[in-house]
Amino acid sequence: MGRKRKTQIFMIMIAFVLFLSGCNFNSSESSSEENAAAEGEAGQVLNISTTADIPTLDSTKAHDGIAFTVLNNVNEGLYRQDENHEPIEALVTEHTENEDQTVHTFTLRDSNWSNGDPVTAQDFEYAWKRVMKDASPYNFMFVTAGIKNAEAIMNEEMDAEELGVKAIDEKTLEVTLEAANPLFQSLMTFPTFLPQNQKFVEEQGDQYALEAENILFNGPFTLTDWTHEQGWKYEKNEDYWDAETVQLDAINAYVVKDPAAGINLYETNKVDRIVLSSEAVDQNKDDANFETILEPEIIFLRFNHNHPVLGNKNIRQAVNMAIDKESLTDVILKNGSTALNGVVPKGFFKSPSGEDFRDLNGDFNTGTVEEAQALWEKGLEETGATDVTVSINIADSEDHKKVAEYIQAQLEDNLPGFKLDIKAVPFAQRLEIEKAIEYDLSLSSWGPDYSDPMTYLDMWLEGGSANRMDYTNAELEELVAAARTETDLEARYQMLLDIEKILLEEDAAIVPLYQEGAAVLKRSKIKNLLVHPTGASFSYKWVTIEE
Amino acid sequence: MKRYLLQRIGFMLITLFIIVTATFFLMQLLPGTPFTNPEKLTDSQLAILNAKYGLDQPVAIQYIQYIGNLVQGDLGYSFQHEGRTVTSMISDRIGPSAFIGLQALVIGAIIGLVLGIVSALKHNSVLDYGSVTLAVLGMSIPSFVFAALLQYYVGVKLEWLPVALWEGYSSTLLPSIALSVTVTATVARFIRSEMLEVIGQDYIITARAKGLKENQVIVKHVIRNALIPVVTMLGPLAVSIMTGTLVIEKIFAVPGLGEQFTLSILVLDYSVIMGITIFYSALFIFVVFVVDIIYSFLDPRINYKGESA
Repeated sequence: MGRKRKTQIFMIMIAFVLFLSGCNFNSSESSSEENAAAEGEAGQVLNISTTADIPTLDSTKAHDGIAFTVLNNVNEGLYRQDENHEPIEALVTEHTENEDQTVHTFTLRDSNWSNGDPVTAQDFEYAWKRVMKDASPYNFMFVTAGIKNAEAIMNEEMDAEELGVKAIDEKTLEVTLEAANPLFQSLMTFPTFLPQNQKFVEEQGDQYALEAENILFNGPFTLTDWTHEQGWKYEKNEDYWDAETVQLDAINAYVVKDPAAGINLYETNKVDRIVLSSEAVDQNKDDANFETILEPEIIFLRFNHNHPVLGNKNIRQAVNMAIDKESLTDVILKNGSTALNGVVPKGFFKSPSGEDFRDLNGDFNTGTVEEAQALWEKGLEETGATDVTVSINIADSEDHKKVAEYIQAQLEDNLPGFKLDIKAVPFAQRLEIEKAIEYDLSLSSWGPDYSDPMTYLDMWLEGGSANRMDYTNAELEELVAAARTETDLEARYQMLLDIEKILLEEDAAIVPLYQEGAAVLKRSKIKNLLVHPTGASFSYKWVTIEE
Repeated sequence: MKRYLLQRIGFMLITLFIIVTATFFLMQLLPGTPFTNPEKLTDSQLAILNAKYGLDQPVAIQYIQYIGNLVQGDLGYSFQHEGRTVTSMISDRIGPSAFIGLQALVIGAIIGLVLGIVSALKHNSVLDYGSVTLAVLGMSIPSFVFAALLQYYVGVKLEWLPVALWEGYSSTLLPSIALSVTVTATVARFIRSEMLEVIGQDYIITARAKGLKENQVIVKHVIRNALIPVVTMLGPLAVSIMTGTLVIEKIFAVPGLGEQFTLSILVLDYSVIMGITIFYSALFIFVVFVVDIIYSFLDPRINYKGESA
């Protein structure tokens, strides 16, 4: 080949390399200038880190805490969560219901989308039907809320147009339920129930909500900059109906996946709040800004109730008592999680008279090793077994392996003749094994869908998709059905307490292990940052920075 | 030459096709579904979703459909990021990875070349032992250790460079330096051993005998010949480093492609796994091709004119 040809090929290669290196770089420089400008102002600016990018900003398709958080802060629905995670009126000025509490009529306040269009009742009707039409990930929330025909639509027996929601006029929304539902109002804080501007959504087509420019806002903040996988920026929405309450001028959210990098960013004042990994807890626990917070996720053991030995209640109770849960959370995990002796976690669910669910029901199946051994002997006698060799199905994550090894040691030490094999598989497979009930013991987790104990209690119904252990109790079935429509809140709460008693006191159906927690570093100048157990993880509306 | 090129391109396409096919079928063996919140999905919902995305079809049909779309340049949509095309996800994220990688490659190659040449020329001297020790350390200590050290000392303690995040040129430096360590060590070791070998060849004695200046002997004969194996190794190294390294990107919060690839496998985002695999393979095959062409510049013994020459 001639020298000229060689030079040509060489130039092509150089061009290719330049092309690669040129991509997507300039945009980030401009955003850093903006951030620098924001830091320069003495205004109220919150800097936070987040563990992942926003998967989607379309409220009808959102399915994770990060998207829910953003939507909760840039949009406004009928209700929003207050500091106790209770619903407070947002766009609603008046809420009336008919006698049997199945038809709810909402009057909406005057407010605007960020393009100037008014927010109307039609926006709700449109968005809600859109969730059902697209079989979106959270369409089951409409069934939980008991909205008329939602279940039939979800099972494709009816058209999405039949959903029990109707805009009577521009400012009046009528929602029809299958039956009275005490949870209805609290569920309306969930981002899946946010409104959408039909004209705008249809104009944007398949570009809707893909970038910050392709979505409308009607909440406390607007999203002004969203660079995928890097972060996004909120600015105060001056057109928000309650703008005078909002103190923050801006919030910068940075995607930081490595916890150690998070600490370094916190130390250099780049972010104001980080979540610590368990390795970093010891080093930081004396920091004045260190705090642990409870989280609503629970970790527990499922028993295969068809197993000849594990099907015995005394055996299950013995397994419950033989595990020292405090040492598990305080010595092994050390990440802010706390021991749990019930199925409903502590700190999130208060009775109508203001008492915590966990305080009311107390601890179940706690006892000494001797008591565990006595129950164990009795159970073995009843089942005619002399020793038990079973396996535990776990996801192959670092934490779950630690927990499984601990449980193995505890059970083999404390219960003579017990032998536990650990079977670690990928998360998805763990779930499939569980659904097929092809395990003896399974290490499981459960997070709440909505702010009510029921989200931990109706999962044990026979044939329910979350049961996954062939557990059944007729009394529990009856109580769940009754509680679902009971509108006397005190009576209903008692039923919830009783359901947990059946599950744990009467049947020892599972082994609750611990409730997740988080260890965080948060600068003390940040006030009123609300952390919610369900739906959106954070509310920024009331945050103030006090220097 | 033209015939050779056409033949190579043909083989490249066949290789790519085999990779696509193997990945597609292997991926189907992974347990689980690509849908989010699998913990909460009921069986009937799952059936509806599978039908919506065509996952209820036999794998062979899905494969034919995928290949059909692929030929038209359509890599499909991500399951995790509703509505985003795989193409846009790759093009958004390859930039940072490529920039950091390329910069690391340049830094690493320059320092590596200098170290390697110096230690070969000053064979068995203190300089030689020093750079060999450095190279061994660079090879054996993983780059994320350097990354963590750099982040803490240069970022947090000295505050010379940004700790992490992707905000302007200064934030590319620490990740590039951390990545360049391996390149430096690899290049230094290769160049040193190649030069030592070349220096002992007959043609170097010839060059000296015909009265060339020592500088000319080193530059024109020794270094040029020693570069050939380095180019072989640098091609694939460039691909692996430019397509993103999971750990470095994670530590410095760089929005790169390596991290996306790992994540898509973990959450079983079928279309993204396929898209990135195809992209990586195509890039790799292309670079190997380019390396072969570079040979002809460096080594006059290699030519691609074929039998007719």
